[in-house]
Amino acid sequence: MTAALEAIGLSKQFGAIGVANDIHFSLERGARQALIGPNGAGKTTFVNLLTGLIVPSAGRILLNGDDITRTGQAARARRGLARTFQINNLFPALSVLENVRLAVAEHRGLFTARRALIEEAHATLSRLGLHDDASTVVRQLPYGKQRLVEIAIALAAEPSVLLLDEPAAGVPGGESGIIFDVIEQLAAGMAVLMIEHDMDLVFRFARRITVLVRGSILVEGTPAEIAADSRVREVYLGTRAHD
Amino acid sequence: MIPWIAGLGGYFAFSDQLPFASQILITILFALSLDLVLGFAGIITLGHAAFYGTGAYAAGIYAVHVSHDPLSGLVVAGGAAALVGVLSGLVILRTHGLTQLMLTLAFATLLAEAANKASFITGGNDGLQGIEIDPIVGLFRFDMFGRTGYLYCLIVLFCGWLSLRVLLASPFGQSLVGIRENVTRMRAIGAPVAGRLLIAYSIGAALAGIAGGLLAQTTQFVGQSVLSFERSGEIVIILVFGGIGRIYGAFIGAAVYMIAQDQLAKSDPEFWNFWIGAILVLTVLFARGGILGLIDRWRRR
Repeated sequence: MTAALEAIGLSKQFGAIGVANDIHFSLERGARQALIGPNGAGKTTFVNLLTGLIVPSAGRILLNGDDITRTGQAARARRGLARTFQINNLFPALSVLENVRLAVAEHRGLFTARRALIEEAHATLSRLGLHDDASTVVRQLPYGKQRLVEIAIALAAEPSVLLLDEPAAGVPGGESGIIFDVIEQLAAGMAVLMIEHDMDLVFRFARRITVLVRGSILVEGTPAEIAADSRVREVYLGTRAHD
Repeated sequence: MIPWIAGLGGYFAFSDQLPFASQILITILFALSLDLVLGFAGIITLGHAAFYGTGAYAAGIYAVHVSHDPLSGLVVAGGAAALVGVLSGLVILRTHGLTQLMLTLAFATLLAEAANKASFITGGNDGLQGIEIDPIVGLFRFDMFGRTGYLYCLIVLFCGWLSLRVLLASPFGQSLVGIRENVTRMRAIGAPVAGRLLIAYSIGAALAGIAGGLLAQTTQFVGQSVLSFERSGEIVIILVFGGIGRIYGAFIGAAVYMIAQDQLAKSDPEFWNFWIGAILVLTVLFARGGILGLIDRWRRR
């Protein structure tokens, strides 16, 4: 079976500095995978390479078996590769509904009837519990809810692969549960890769974990394998290791 | 609704100044086209007169050499300007910010110089003369008081406004706002940004061209100033003055600016430019969002 998303020998050099070094990585259909690593390990860079925000120096990227290495960012998105951003990247002056409607319109096509677009945007908002905030301007929304809008925009495109870059970053501890409830209810067929720092959440969510250190994959395995790996303990988990 | 009542009312109230009132309507259409490009699509331009001038020359040359029919003349004006919009947009829209601003300026200057040199067809420094226009749809003859001209401009402006409204309310128009607000996110959700901006730029160019065509047909003359930097700058000032990115700013900005200019030039023929400048400085300092922004704030009190 072809992987939903695959990176083959992916590298990115900024001058003499390698921020991604010969990364071989594969995300299966329906995967629930986490990408972890210390600060500056190159996790967001890796996501930016996958989505086309950064052009790789070497290597190939396959989406559902098709080579997308030279495909632009927007075209990758139209082929079913969606992402969220670590720092909110929304349309702050527009309402929640308008934010999601923009994404629905790109997915369905600009000639779709206005009413159909609005209905579909409402449906997405309902699934994420944002229905009551539909007409609120995003700028005026609490940060936790803005993080949900990030996910809503990504989901509006009904992607086959979803890359979540620290979906709960900046959200107060008590509120992050709402975000992870949403993530746990994502469609089973969708391949999901999540960058996350909170190890409790990583181990609750992931069936596989990839550990990235200084732009290279250190190890990949099941949560149990990762937790037992002495190298991982050393560079990343420290005393917070799960047994 | 208010602008249209005012527009119809203007026909009776200013019956002795209809040619001037027609100029206001034409300027409103020109400002509207800029609002699409600058206000909604966020394309920074100081060369919008390139399209206005192209439309004016196209309509004028068409009337002199091809046909006196006004409506097909407007189509030619809009089409020529749209073509220029596509060609220049392919280059200009690859850039951003200050570079974009300078490129639009450079492109308009090139075009103005080309029109100057091509005097065998544009009339060069003397302007394009000998424009004759047949009655509209064969029925309504352009009269010396400008009555037909005024109503013609009003109807064309109405059509331009209506199409712009429909366009901006459509998913396409919304996506332009999305691009203006956050281009990174628009790419991330799959929007082909470059193509969208090119379409918006060309539609804006076409509307500006139609405004220019109206000018050529109603004044039966095209002077070189239609392509000038002053014209490009003035229309930006008018839009900022009325309120950018909200359609009706073009109406109120053009009307207030042109009437103020007319009155000031009469009462203070030497320093009227100073007063226009002073009003603009005050607008930028104390009325961000232009006159419409001021009205908003006053209402919210």
